[in-house]
Amino acid sequence: MDMNIPYTVEERPDSGLANGKLGIWLFLASEVMLFGALFSTYIILRMGAPEWPHGELNVPLGTVNTIILIGSSMTMVMAWASLKMHDWSKHRLYLIATVVLALVFLVNKYFEYSAHFASGELPAKSTFLAIYFTLTGLHGLHILGGIIVMVYFLGPGAKLYKQNPDQFTNRIEYTGLYWHFVDLVWIFLFPVLYLL
Amino acid sequence: MHSDPESIRKSVRGYIKVFVALMVFTIITVAASRLHFGVPIAITVALIIASIKGSMVATVFMHLSYERKWIYGALILTGLGFLILMSVPSFTMMDHIGTPIHVEAPAAEHARP
Repeated sequence: MDMNIPYTVEERPDSGLANGKLGIWLFLASEVMLFGALFSTYIILRMGAPEWPHGELNVPLGTVNTIILIGSSMTMVMAWASLKMHDWSKHRLYLIATVVLALVFLVNKYFEYSAHFASGELPAKSTFLAIYFTLTGLHGLHILGGIIVMVYFLGPGAKLYKQNPDQFTNRIEYTGLYWHFVDLVWIFLFPVLYLL
Repeated sequence: MHSDPESIRKSVRGYIKVFVALMVFTIITVAASRLHFGVPIAITVALIIASIKGSMVATVFMHLSYERKWIYGALILTGLGFLILMSVPSFTMMDHIGTPIHVEAPAAEHARP
């Protein structure tokens, strides 16, 4: 019995989209609300705080992480574009580069967190540290989630390319949409937490 | 939709341009924060730059410059929800209308015999 999932590659006549494309965008819409609620919380906490600390975070390390994440968005979009140009080995190279950049981001974050912990700057110490750890912690979990998905597509998930290259290309596109969103969140987190 | 390798090559040139622009804007953001503007100006400048960077990521990397109307529809709804979320802080401030925000700490009164 043929039990193929419909509209993985071909577009649905009513939406004009493959189902996965609409699915990932609806997921990202819910993510906008998740991070939006926390940004809104940040505004309330900051307006209510009698004082707000300045220069408590490592700006050079934050800047480096911003550059790393933007770079990883570039390698991610190239991983997809390489598949569209039927260049499998370049696709692998770019996807591996994205995973490596994501890991470097997390390693930097680990050093940052341990420096805070070592000087007793725990989330309970101040409102600023509480919202800082909540926002960057949730964002870090998103980076970890992205790494897991990408490693899957480098490993067992890559088999799909031989059976259905178009479906595999679409999956990489959806992974990219998620990844660019995680980058986009950081583009706002960095100035809001590190610079203002 | 672009599917043939030639138009992909064209979009790759666009990705590189956006990548360079994002790097430049990152440096501008950090440099602007060193100028020590007043807090309202600093927040405005930082958020304007972040919005420019964010929209470049969304339109080019996430292909929103050419997408189907169902996705735009979902995003318009999300935008509305996001606006409501962002206005929650001002609803909170309404509780304080007519009262001074920084009232003297009541601790002083307790200290009196």
